Amino acid sequence: MPEAGLLAILPMNELVFFLNKVVIAGLIIGSVYALGAVGVTLIFGILRFAHFPHGDMMTAGAFVALVLLWMFPGVGAAVGLPTAFVLMPIAMAVTALLAVGLDRMFYRPMRKSGVKPVVMVMTSIGVMLMMQGLLRLFAGTGTRQLYADTDDKDIYRIPLGGRDLVITEPQLMLFATTIVAVVALHMFLTRSRMGKAMRAVSDNPDLARVSGISIDHVVRTTWLIAGALAAAGGTLLALDVTLKPDLSYNIILPIFAAAIVGGVGQPYGAIAGGLLVGFSETLAVFNWSVLLRPMRPYLPEFIEIPAKLAFVPTEYKIVVPFFILIAVLIWRPTGLFKGRVNN
Amino acid sequence: MPLLEMTNIHGGYGGANILNGVSIAIEANQIGVIVGPNGAGKSTTLKALFGLLTVSEGSIVFDGKTVTNMAPEKLVLQGLSYVPQEFNVFPTMSVEENLEMGAYVRRDSFRHLIDQVYDYFPPLKDKRRQPAGELSGGQRQMVAIGRALMTEPRLLLLDEPTAGLSPRYMGEIFDRIIAVNKAGVGILMVEQNARQALALAHRGFVLAGGQNRFTGTGAELLADPEVAKSFLGGGADHA
Repeated sequence: MPEAGLLAILPMNELVFFLNKVVIAGLIIGSVYALGAVGVTLIFGILRFAHFPHGDMMTAGAFVALVLLWMFPGVGAAVGLPTAFVLMPIAMAVTALLAVGLDRMFYRPMRKSGVKPVVMVMTSIGVMLMMQGLLRLFAGTGTRQLYADTDDKDIYRIPLGGRDLVITEPQLMLFATTIVAVVALHMFLTRSRMGKAMRAVSDNPDLARVSGISIDHVVRTTWLIAGALAAAGGTLLALDVTLKPDLSYNIILPIFAAAIVGGVGQPYGAIAGGLLVGFSETLAVFNWSVLLRPMRPYLPEFIEIPAKLAFVPTEYKIVVPFFILIAVLIWRPTGLFKGRVNN
Repeated sequence: MPLLEMTNIHGGYGGANILNGVSIAIEANQIGVIVGPNGAGKSTTLKALFGLLTVSEGSIVFDGKTVTNMAPEKLVLQGLSYVPQEFNVFPTMSVEENLEMGAYVRRDSFRHLIDQVYDYFPPLKDKRRQPAGELSGGQRQMVAIGRALMTEPRLLLLDEPTAGLSPRYMGEIFDRIIAVNKAGVGILMVEQNARQALALAHRGFVLAGGQNRFTGTGAELLADPEVAKSFLGGGADHA
């Protein structure tokens, strides 16, 4: 059979390795970035300032999930899912309220006194430093697990001729949550009265006001959505890896890159941008020698395949979003989805 | 009793006052037109009425109720509606969504009002799924007026509705404004095209330096040689 013949000459082991290391890993980290970037882009669209504490809000959401895990340790075992995932909706609600509270305490007074945009940015940086300090004060600097001892971390192996395609339980939950969040957000923004009002305020705040749209309601809804999505992203990332107070440090830059790449103020752009940045990172650190080695017989003698052949070493992964940012700002400054950079 | 009575309005944007005693009064179902040179305070008068700048002196009574310095979102509920001169649509939202946003304060069904707007402005019906920002200037203006009509206002405030439009669209927009007025909506508009606008005005107000200079019916102002010479560019005979 021709199909079997084709499969035989394909280096399946190496291709599955590529799928695991690039496609699945990229989807996972890209989903986390997308969940964060949607919040950043919504906040920018409505309030016109860069919300730097967003990574810390994600970390805070994960810590809320941890506290809930301590309070109700048996919940997960009862339904056969990780406890932190079962309790995640509560963590999302708590973080959403926390986001509204932060706005009330710090951003709204600034807005009401009509400060310049640069003052809002400074406030945002101040809140970021404060949140990082508070997280360390209460949670210490150590690494924690969001998987309780009673939870099993299921690992699914899909055999693909030799090496297995590996997906873990938290990764599946992350995909599922991201898809549900994206669909729900889309329905909300295009079908609901409040969702349309949010788009109206993002489009033209003055006209929204003279149409009788309450800017305060829209602002509150924006924080609720951004806070809830941040908590989901933070909790799921902490389930997939570990929970550290400095989680946000490694994700805030890619999240901003994702929001800018997608076009600031464009929720769909933020999702696309998140996945793009995620895939770029995994592609950049992938060891391409793995895919070259099976082609050894077909390559000329003088080409030597090095042991490691990646665009950037893994330790320098953080430079990838920088490069994407620079490239986008040079060639397409408004982002892929034409964001509102000009007004 | 007039539908709207603005008496001796003073106000500005925090610095020096722009309005130094403007008075406007129109009856229900009338068309009022404000004309005057650049910087006379025409648009500022509409903004003061619609709560977009602080009135420091004077009073605004609408429908028997004092509404001085009331917030725009509350004035909408009182039966006032405002179309700004520029940036008067939601550019990335469809024509129909723009109209829905006009009806944001309504909790009842407003489908019939959307159809009514399409009756006033038939070109919009074919473009109802298109983003408003992609329309021509004249059609954008139609969306802007349509959005403001969705609250079924008793008085519609229009800030230079024909600014930047081709003569063909200008005539069309004026025709539509008359049609809206015939349907029972009062109009107060600021216009650069003073002659055409005064020709359809029940009440005309000539402002200069933030004060009333001449007030009368549209016909009276067009016939006044003093108004014609100073504000309409040329003698009354050219009208």
